[in-house]
Amino acid sequence: MFAVATAAILAGMLLALVRAFAGPTLYDRVLAGNSFGTKTVILIGLMGYLTGRPDFLDIAVLYALLNFASTIAILKFFRYRTLSVSLEGPSADAPKFEERIQ
Amino acid sequence: MTGAEIADLNLLIDLALLTMLVLVAYVMTKSRHLFAIVMLSGIYSLLSAAFFVSLDAVDVAFTEAAVGAGVSTVLMLGAMLLTVRREKPVRTGRSPLAILVVTLVGSALIYATLDMPPYGDPNSPANSYIGEAYVERTAKEIAVPNIVTAVLASYRGFDTLGETMVIFTAGLGVILLLGAGSARGGKLVSDVEEKESER
Repeated sequence: MFAVATAAILAGMLLALVRAFAGPTLYDRVLAGNSFGTKTVILIGLMGYLTGRPDFLDIAVLYALLNFASTIAILKFFRYRTLSVSLEGPSADAPKFEERIQ
Repeated sequence: MTGAEIADLNLLIDLALLTMLVLVAYVMTKSRHLFAIVMLSGIYSLLSAAFFVSLDAVDVAFTEAAVGAGVSTVLMLGAMLLTVRREKPVRTGRSPLAILVVTLVGSALIYATLDMPPYGDPNSPANSYIGEAYVERTAKEIAVPNIVTAVLASYRGFDTLGETMVIFTAGLGVILLLGAGSARGGKLVSDVEEKESER
């Protein structure tokens, strides 16, 4: 059963890769990177069960945390071009970078 | 499942991961869209982290995921925002000398790997001599389930402390030099294009 799940996750990783290769917009690629990270988390968890060592699950949970934080960092960086802005809202002179990057 | 079946499955997973690594690397070299390259390099780090986990190098995998997929993606984004969005087209000529050098170095490296012990060989230097002593002693001396953690944090704890201090000092120096969170934080730093239009 775990083997089938692993195969399905690997296929899903390939699909996310196709989206990351093709684009075409910025957000497609951010989303592809994020879902690829999620697939990696699940793959690591599955590999733990596949080899009979569920200890890997701890590492997978830590990866999930990292993946979330790095996606937030990337999106925040695009919005404000710096990481030293609070998430509550843009300041008056905060530039919009989405248009420029697209 | 039997051990042989698990080994087969692991081999298949490794092959799939390595194939995807090659694909990502190829698209990265071919692409001229810098943002796509930054995101692909994050994906490349995640893939290699998964590969390291499948090789049982969990600690290395974690460092790769934190540094490669997390911090360096953001750093490369920052660098990209300071330059332009697309790479300039480069001259694509074939240079026979370069191909010769690359082929020679590549075959020398492959020749060098023939001397290495096979993966998982119990008689390899890494798995015998002092390594065995740590495997035997860790359980009763440190009582930490992960032997690598026991070695890092206890047997060579002072060394790790020194390393952490060096990296902390380096990071502090970089932050002070870049002035992160200082007067410029959150404000527009005009880039090359806008400077040119002002002139």
